[in-house]
Amino acid sequence: MVITVVGIIRAHNLFAVVMLGGVYSFLMATVMVILDAVDVSMTEAAVGAGMSTVLLLAVLHLTQTREAPLRHTPAIPLIVCLLTGGALVYGTLDLPPFGEANAPQNQHVAPYYIENAEHETGSPNIVTAVLASYRGYDTLGEVTVIFTAGIGVLILLASGLRPRRRKNVDSEQDPKDNAA
Amino acid sequence: MMRDTIILRVVTKLLLPVILIFALYVQFHGDYGPGGGFQAGVAAAAAIILYGMVFGIPAAQHVISKSVVQIMIPLGVLIFAGTGVAGLLLGENYLNYSPFGSHSEAGQHLGILIVEAGVFITVASTMLAIFYGFGGLADEADAAAAEKSEESEE
Repeated sequence: MVITVVGIIRAHNLFAVVMLGGVYSFLMATVMVILDAVDVSMTEAAVGAGMSTVLLLAVLHLTQTREAPLRHTPAIPLIVCLLTGGALVYGTLDLPPFGEANAPQNQHVAPYYIENAEHETGSPNIVTAVLASYRGYDTLGEVTVIFTAGIGVLILLASGLRPRRRKNVDSEQDPKDNAA
Repeated sequence: MMRDTIILRVVTKLLLPVILIFALYVQFHGDYGPGGGFQAGVAAAAAIILYGMVFGIPAAQHVISKSVVQIMIPLGVLIFAGTGVAGLLLGENYLNYSPFGSHSEAGQHLGILIVEAGVFITVASTMLAIFYGFGGLADEADAAAAEKSEESEE
């Protein structure tokens, strides 16, 4: 994964960057499998590696495939990334060890789900039971988020992009016509 | 886009039913194994998107038209929210599926299936709508470029 990230940073061809992003997502999915989170891994592989790669390729079809030259020094983004990453790593120091049975998050509602999910919902997959039944309200919120995002993108694509792109095409055409 | 490549066309035709059946398997087996509406929706959308990339977006829109997709996006949310309201009307809390079946376990099971179907519909159609949107723009750009090259040839 580190090699992929370095590759993404070093590469200037955006096609390569998109593909390396897909590779990164697949590696992340395998990490999720190792952590026994098969549902999350499936989502990561489907959405992260599959869908976003396809959508980014569709966008690349509309734009240039070379990275634009930097207009400012990368120092400020670098500092922001290092600070945020440092704060997150500092935060993980206080977390209980992974898989610790006595940790608070494994003591709260998780034992109830593990004991009762199967006979209360008839679903042997506890993840599905929690997702759709016990935490159905959260999932409804997630679906609403996807709905809102989809509608937002549709409105942007329908109204915002098209006239502007036409103008760009026109302005590109004009100098060539003059030259001819 | 890539309509002339025979290998892609044949392989796509072979893969399409497999992908779609896998999506349905993930959808309806989500209770017993990994998966659910989100993953299945993305997989089903991926099948249509693959078809659209190889055979052109008009062919994909012949399978599922833009207007159907735009109806499906809110339909999924409505199914999910409506399931909650149905629970309310049957005298339980919002999004409690217990009264749907003869006993609470069967009701929960049915409720989960309905809700996952709602998730599936919204996720798949949103992905398709975004793909149609970008792909439509790309096709227009191609058409504009083709016109431009014709003009410059003249």
